[in-house]
Amino acid sequence: MIHSGRGFACINYPIGMNLGGDPSQALVHATPDGKFMVTLSSIDLGQGVKSVMRQIAAESLGVPVADVYVDTADSDTGPHDMGSFASRGTHRMGNAVIRAASEARHQMMEAAAEELEVNASDLVTDGQGHIHVKGAPSRRITIEETSQAAQFRQGRTLSGRGIFLVPFSPVDADTGEMTPVSSFAHAALVVDLTVDDETGEVTVTQINSAYEVGRALNPKLVEQQLIGGAWMGVSHALYETTEPYYPDRAHGPEDFNHYLMPGPGDTPPNHISILERPAPDAPFGGKGPGEMCANPVLPAIANAVYNAVGVRCDSLPITPEKVLRGLRANGGARPQPRPQTRVQTRSQTGAHTQQQTLTGPQASGRPG
Amino acid sequence: MNRVDYRKDLFADERDDSLAEIGQPTLRQDILGHVTGRSPYYDDHLFDGLLHIRCVRSPHHHARVRAVDCSAAEAMPEVLKVIRAADVPVNMNTLLSLIGFGKDDEPLLADGKVAYIGQPLVAIVARSLRAAQAAVEAVRVDYEVLPHVLDVEEALAPGAPIVNDVYPNNSFDYHERYDHQKLRFGDVEAALTQADHIVESTYQMSPIEQAPMETCGAIAAPETNDRIVCYTGTQALFFSLGVTAKQLDMPSSRLHFIGGTVGGGFGGKVDSHHEPLAVLGTLLTGRPVKYQWDRAEEMQVGAPRGGERWKVRDGVMADGRIIARALTGFFDAGAYTRLSSYAVQKSTGHLPGPYTIPNVASNVFCVYTNRTPSTAMRGFGITACDFAIECHMDKVAETVGMDPIELRILNAYRDGDMKAHRRSAKNCALIEACQVAAEKASWPLSPEASAASSLSGGGIGWRSEIPETSIDTAGQIGRRRQDGHGTDPYAGADTRGRVAAGHVDAEAKSALGNAPQDREMEADLERLGFKTGLDDRRADEIPVQAPPPPPPAIPRQSGSALFVARGNGPSLPSGFSPRSQPAPATVRPSAPPPSASGPDALARPPSPPQPSSGSSPLETKAQEEDAAPNALRRPTVSPFLRGRRR
Amino acid sequence: MAKTPVTFTLNGEEAATFVDAGANLLEVLRRGLGDLSPKYGCGQGTCGSCTVLVDGAPRLACLTLAETVEGQSVETTGGMADGPDLHALQKAFIEGFAAQCGYCTPGMLMSAKALLQSTPNPTREQVIDAISGNLCRCTGYEPIVEAILAAARSPRRSLGSPL
Repeated sequence: MIHSGRGFACINYPIGMNLGGDPSQALVHATPDGKFMVTLSSIDLGQGVKSVMRQIAAESLGVPVADVYVDTADSDTGPHDMGSFASRGTHRMGNAVIRAASEARHQMMEAAAEELEVNASDLVTDGQGHIHVKGAPSRRITIEETSQAAQFRQGRTLSGRGIFLVPFSPVDADTGEMTPVSSFAHAALVVDLTVDDETGEVTVTQINSAYEVGRALNPKLVEQQLIGGAWMGVSHALYETTEPYYPDRAHGPEDFNHYLMPGPGDTPPNHISILERPAPDAPFGGKGPGEMCANPVLPAIANAVYNAVGVRCDSLPITPEKVLRGLRANGGARPQPRPQTRVQTRSQTGAHTQQQTLTGPQASGRPG
Repeated sequence: MNRVDYRKDLFADERDDSLAEIGQPTLRQDILGHVTGRSPYYDDHLFDGLLHIRCVRSPHHHARVRAVDCSAAEAMPEVLKVIRAADVPVNMNTLLSLIGFGKDDEPLLADGKVAYIGQPLVAIVARSLRAAQAAVEAVRVDYEVLPHVLDVEEALAPGAPIVNDVYPNNSFDYHERYDHQKLRFGDVEAALTQADHIVESTYQMSPIEQAPMETCGAIAAPETNDRIVCYTGTQALFFSLGVTAKQLDMPSSRLHFIGGTVGGGFGGKVDSHHEPLAVLGTLLTGRPVKYQWDRAEEMQVGAPRGGERWKVRDGVMADGRIIARALTGFFDAGAYTRLSSYAVQKSTGHLPGPYTIPNVASNVFCVYTNRTPSTAMRGFGITACDFAIECHMDKVAETVGMDPIELRILNAYRDGDMKAHRRSAKNCALIEACQVAAEKASWPLSPEASAASSLSGGGIGWRSEIPETSIDTAGQIGRRRQDGHGTDPYAGADTRGRVAAGHVDAEAKSALGNAPQDREMEADLERLGFKTGLDDRRADEIPVQAPPPPPPAIPRQSGSALFVARGNGPSLPSGFSPRSQPAPATVRPSAPPPSASGPDALARPPSPPQPSSGSSPLETKAQEEDAAPNALRRPTVSPFLRGRRR
Repeated sequence: MAKTPVTFTLNGEEAATFVDAGANLLEVLRRGLGDLSPKYGCGQGTCGSCTVLVDGAPRLACLTLAETVEGQSVETTGGMADGPDLHALQKAFIEGFAAQCGYCTPGMLMSAKALLQSTPNPTREQVIDAISGNLCRCTGYEPIVEAILAAARSPRRSLGSPL
């Protein structure tokens, strides 16, 4: 018999290397034609740090993103960076890039001011490749002209340096007092799944999630992380391990036929809402979403399995074997009560028809 | 099908959404390379005469190496070099030595003993992979098999085999004092005696492979300027460069590392094992050398996410308020530390999860076992801890008969709340995430839970304060192995002391960012996308902090944070009432209950300062810091970027 | 070691090289001929990163003896674009944000190309079936499935640079 279940979990996640001590540096310089190169040593693992740093640099400089390129990671040209881990890339390097770009921008505005014979403080960028006098868009100069004037007539570089370091802070031995990080991302989600009480198989049917990411610096890159991260969470919860009988070392997989992960046909629909509460210390408020997004899926699935059949799987992964052993110990499936519909919440769209059937009363359970 | 929407209505007054490039769905800069197969991963660099490395690996969990005979391998014509431990200039290292954390405890190539199946002893450099593998099979190693231990709790028991000679107690040494990292906030033991229910469980995380589609590796080659270039799949370029320079005892300026385009990492590409060996191969042969794991090595030799074990014990009141949480965590580091010691402290700083609980204690251990060392993976230090906490929250909800989401909202942390690591919470959004997820799933919430907010109800009364805290000296390095006492936070704690209540001035004590070295590097405030706090921050002459108010009377009335007065309104967060009771029209948090409102929860009188035995930590630590103004902290423009922190 | 001559077409152009006995097509393409677009992911035939087309059919290059493609037509992602004009699948992957680390992408594109050649208007299930031998660790697959469906719907137009 197939039992449906529903589970919830919510989490927060620390952004940046715990306890600090992890600097990042960036350099920015203008090319002769008024484009900008950003030089770093960040690693792009697929999370898109090159693309996000490009947008941060463009926003900070006040130029179109098409006029900025990011070059990483060559230790001869890129200054030091601690690395791409601990959700630190966007936070640490983003702040370093803002500083480097800000210094370059100040020089660019000074150079434009000299050309336009005004004060730099009276100038603004239009984000389209021009610098103009505040309130007088016609009194303007292109950034290309500015760059050429600076480098070939004024003898001025348009370049900037940035470093961002959260100094190392210690942990107290007796109380654990510490300053671990300065901002947190958040997530909450509801997993719907079914459990087959004959095979022990768990099938996730739907995820409804809310992720708070500070600010989605590039919404498509955030979505990439959240969708891929939820997939990895399902995979962790139900399939993956290098030691299936941990702490016994036997039966460790050595290929993808034995190391299991969900395939393209196993991905549940994921309905995501993104919340943005900008972190005061983060670049434009953005928190790194890439690590935290998988975390809530694991307990939500465990909680939903309990809701479906009354089996607590406190040890991961939740394999059919563990579910079947739990069912046997309980003398069969014991579906648990669902939250009752007290208040009809604001109707959303199509998917809800399906959800109503999922949240309906469960009369299908085998007698315990 | 996935659907994504943005709840721009939430926290709208804190954001300026009119930025030009930030917030745009700009195409990835690297995408053209990806779809044309031209993105340059480390293995996408061609060299004439490229050599390959394969390693001789331990078939045993734990063994002494009596003798290694490489003569047959060395005689093979395709083999250019056989690298042994003695050929590595600085064979011992620990990853975090670059930030001065921990002792060098892991050899690049095993020397004298192996401590896990798959541990490399000898590296063969040959003209082809096939020749290297043939030479590996020709190496004869004489092992004396030793007893091994694979379970974290067994490893901490007296008489367990010693996995790692640098840490002969099978646990990492914290602060040169304890065999674990402590967290103490309030008095968990006393609070547990006051709770209506105790909910207790153990949770086990599985070891998990990062499984990036590109396996770990590096290619080293001589440059024309007497330097070595290394193309690498590392997640941390200068980390790997630093490890290589240290282990090969060469100036880092002789190394030229190139990377940055990596086929997935997920934490598995920080360990910097390939770079030193590939560069050493090049130094010894003068030729380009590649060291790349195959998939089987990636899965069984490559460091996985560790198998963490968590024990959680909660004290909960009938109305769902959690008043105490005690945790014990075991990080299975495998045979060597790698980054597990760091993850222990990261998880300690995360406890008790995103909830405001007035009494919290944890002991978290970094334990050595005879398995593949574990390392970072997506969510490092947090994933397993959150699995435990969130499964546990459901059990607590079931115990008190409460809706699981409402239970979480009731206990959720809010702006201004004091966290167990003694810093104020800010920029919280857990409650809102819960509400949105519930709404999307048509999960009905009570009006009180729906009306709750991270912005209000926090940081008031006891929620903002550091309680008087019970501390202890349990778990001094080496004692556990002698005494064999348990691992719970208070097990074997025969000596206890107290830290007075107080309010840490989080800003003054914080290690937040430093000022830009030059004013030119400061960004214009208005351009950073924050809507609130601009006026506060605009004038540079405004001091960072208000003058401190008079110090609070210490010690504080103990017990104030224990909710001992059951059903007493003041302890509930704003707008919230337990489901079982009719909601009062307004239930507002207020000052801590007067001292007479309940029995002294700390029935045990505060211990006097313990007589100091050597470097005993138990001299009572009075928190001298002045209380900071405890108004709600509004998000503001980054003080980092304004450089006004110092 | 004795070497064997092998001749085949690679992305429409004649290719000839000498291979070691037992050499696999992946190594020959990458290090022998310098086409680095097929990727090594497992060497076991379980991840699909090395997928190429041999006479139009998807083949795991890591398990294909190089000598066996003698006289056949081999296609890789490196030859997918027509000069500066990208293939509709490449364009759909770009616009659909269907790649993160990009390492599985060449293999995915090859499997998808084979599908669209035999089944120009595939169902979702057919797309899933076609890429079920290609593993991806980043995306959760959904954006890839959507991109392939979008490419099937799109007219095969040229693009120029989308960036």
